Amino acid sequence: MFDNFPLWPARASTGAGNVDALYVFLLLLAGFMCVAVFTMIVVFALRYHRKPGVEAEQIEGSTPLEITWSVIPLGIFLVIFAWGAVIFFRERTPPRGATEVYVVAKQWMWKLEHEEGQREINELHVPVGRDVKLIMTSQDVIHSFYVPAFRIKQDVLPGRYTTMWFRATKPGVYHLFCAEYCGTQHSGMIGQVVVMEPAQYEAWLGGGAASGSLASNGQNIFQQLGCPTCHRSDVQGRGPNLVGVFGKPVLLEDGRTVIADENYVRESILSPAAKVVSGFKPIMPVFQGLVSEEQLNALVAYIKSLSPSPDEAAGDKPQQPKD
Amino acid sequence: MATAAITAEREHYLNKEYGIRSWLLTTDHKRIALLYLVSITFFFFIGGFFALLIRLELLTPAGDMVQADTYNKLFTMHGMVMIFFFLIPSIPAVLGNFLVPIMIGAKDLAFPRINLLSWYLYIIAGVMMLYCIVTGGVDTGWTFYTPFSTAFSNTNVIEAGLAIFIAGFSSILTGLNFVVTIHRMRAPGMTWSRLPLFIWAHYATSIIQLLGTPVLAITLLLVVFERVFHLGIFDPTRGGDPILFQHLFWFYSHPAVYIMILPSMGVVTEIIPCFSRKRVFGYHAIALSSIAIAVFGFLVWAHHMFVAGISLYSALIFSALSYLVAVPSAIKVFNWTATMYKGSITFSTPMLYAFGFIGLFTMGGLTGLFLSALGIDVHVTDTYFVVAHFHYIMVGGAVMGYLGGMHFWWPKISGRMYPEWLGKFAALIVFLGFNLTFFPQFVLGYLGMPRRYWQYPQEFQVLNVLSTAGSTILAVGYVLPMVYFLWSMRYGKIADDNPWGAAGLEWKTTSPPPTFNFEEAPEVTWEAYNYDQIPAPAEVPLER
Repeated sequence: MFDNFPLWPARASTGAGNVDALYVFLLLLAGFMCVAVFTMIVVFALRYHRKPGVEAEQIEGSTPLEITWSVIPLGIFLVIFAWGAVIFFRERTPPRGATEVYVVAKQWMWKLEHEEGQREINELHVPVGRDVKLIMTSQDVIHSFYVPAFRIKQDVLPGRYTTMWFRATKPGVYHLFCAEYCGTQHSGMIGQVVVMEPAQYEAWLGGGAASGSLASNGQNIFQQLGCPTCHRSDVQGRGPNLVGVFGKPVLLEDGRTVIADENYVRESILSPAAKVVSGFKPIMPVFQGLVSEEQLNALVAYIKSLSPSPDEAAGDKPQQPKD
Repeated sequence: MATAAITAEREHYLNKEYGIRSWLLTTDHKRIALLYLVSITFFFFIGGFFALLIRLELLTPAGDMVQADTYNKLFTMHGMVMIFFFLIPSIPAVLGNFLVPIMIGAKDLAFPRINLLSWYLYIIAGVMMLYCIVTGGVDTGWTFYTPFSTAFSNTNVIEAGLAIFIAGFSSILTGLNFVVTIHRMRAPGMTWSRLPLFIWAHYATSIIQLLGTPVLAITLLLVVFERVFHLGIFDPTRGGDPILFQHLFWFYSHPAVYIMILPSMGVVTEIIPCFSRKRVFGYHAIALSSIAIAVFGFLVWAHHMFVAGISLYSALIFSALSYLVAVPSAIKVFNWTATMYKGSITFSTPMLYAFGFIGLFTMGGLTGLFLSALGIDVHVTDTYFVVAHFHYIMVGGAVMGYLGGMHFWWPKISGRMYPEWLGKFAALIVFLGFNLTFFPQFVLGYLGMPRRYWQYPQEFQVLNVLSTAGSTILAVGYVLPMVYFLWSMRYGKIADDNPWGAAGLEWKTTSPPPTFNFEEAPEVTWEAYNYDQIPAPAEVPLER
């Protein structure tokens, strides 16, 4: 009915309701404050309109009043802050075991690749009820991945990964927008998120012409680039053994410790000398400019697959159908 | 009409000298204020013209009126012109320039030649900006985000950056002049707690101009250097960090919002007591809240960057601090409202603008609470919700205050009255047009329409049509005052020295004031806003 004049966005993720709840609270609060202030102004303006022979009554001010109308708003503000922070904390903390989709943004398209190897452009297919984590980077300028129906947005930066996650709740087709101005066709850098019932989603996954999973592609690239020469799976290699490393703390040559996350793996491939693992020499060649973002994603997925998470090790994560 | 005849013959700053030289080489702060008035009005209509083209393009979902690149240049140059060449100089350089010395009982600003220099810097910057526009424009958005601005845009980024760099020095010099003037040149008896709150607001503004603008200057120079020499400061492929740019940019550009809104708050704080015939409620609270806004305003910049890739914890801290800066703004709104209580209120044009200011600023401020809430910001940042929010503050707030101030002090500046009924009519048109333009954008934003979109999905059209309709009404509201102000300079009724029965030293001198502002050096023996000692005008002037 309101196809051409909607007043409220579709709500299609587990997080969207939380955002809407705070938004409605703020609308009511703001509405109340507006009505209160405007009513006072109108009432004063009419009640104290100039009348012959009636002088204004001079009032200096009132410290108790000043304190009251400073402290009460501050209290309300802190409640809003805490409420907003709780929602944000949840939005920023991907659940363990989420399905991962790699996103590469470029002027002016979205390229997405599923763990199973399916590739999409400007479209993202996801099943209802599964946690999906997006691992995103940009080939050129800053973009921003925005799905209004999920109430989430995250800038996508060149040179590093940013992540976001969601769990879709309602099948349908939803807008995907680029929300950070990125040049000529910024407003054309749009697409759709297709939320499907799990069965349909499995059918969709099976129907694509995926050439092996992302991790297995990564393994091929790993071989082609000659990485196994040094990164051997025993302790004899000139480079660190990569099995079981992902997600764990790594002691560096300079004494610092970092978590081996996506950004660390990425940086260690592109500029290996930045954070050298303790006990190793900075002899690895620089791969900046030699691997594409897609290849990099595959490599990260491969290295990640060498360190199965506890959930996956227990085997309760559905494995993709293999040909 | 004997007084009128005398006023017409009396020597004042406008008729003391004639000829183009007497204007271009003047060091009189009042004449420099008028130079600024003409220049910023010129840029206001250029920026407004771009705004109308933007709104016309958005009338339909398809990108059909201008090319995508043209559209991107339009919103970029609309932002740059309106912010750096209209809003930031607007009240300080025109009303502040005219009034700061008179209000404190001084003959001129502390550095009259530097004052003229700041106008010339503004003009050089303005000419560079115009050159940048006519030779192809710039398409980075007024925010210059890297690496788009440094490595990808093929437009006049360097020209625009240098124009704004130079405009910044004009702003710094104005701020410096005000700070020194307010400290050193107050008349005998004009203590800090007798200063009009307009002066407190300008003092706070000047502090921000002095401390914030150099950071913008450095940032823009880095952008230019990065573009020319490929330094790699912001370029990730050379080990740089594009987010560093955003930190530097917003460190100035968030406080810059307060450069625009604080002087407007100062104007409103003069108007409301006058037309309520009352001492302002909570003088010290309002004065301190101006300083608090200037100080806290420097601590909240990263609330523009919640989804930019900053850490969870810095987002939490900047969200909390953003709520702190909302408190002094709330204090001001409550004090203005309380000032009206038990007053003797009349609805002259300036008062209507003050009402409009409070209404629109309150809505802008309240929607700021939405944006500071992390969970909401993630959804609405970079959408039309933000566009609506900052227009409510910067146009609804700052421009309403500017127009209110222009109407309030026009009799002093020009020595003439404007037609009151037209003034009221225009104020109403501006208020209605503004709300019709920008209120639908809040709805659009929550629906998810991103900003800076040349074309958009069909379902957003109805709200966009409403907004475009509003913008044409708003345009009429802005053209009207310019027309009748010009008309009044020749045909307006001669103004009394104090047509509103207002407190403040500027009303104790003649209209227009003599070159050195006062015939005799004033000595202040009364408190600010002593409306109990000033008779209201016998008839409310011009309500005839």
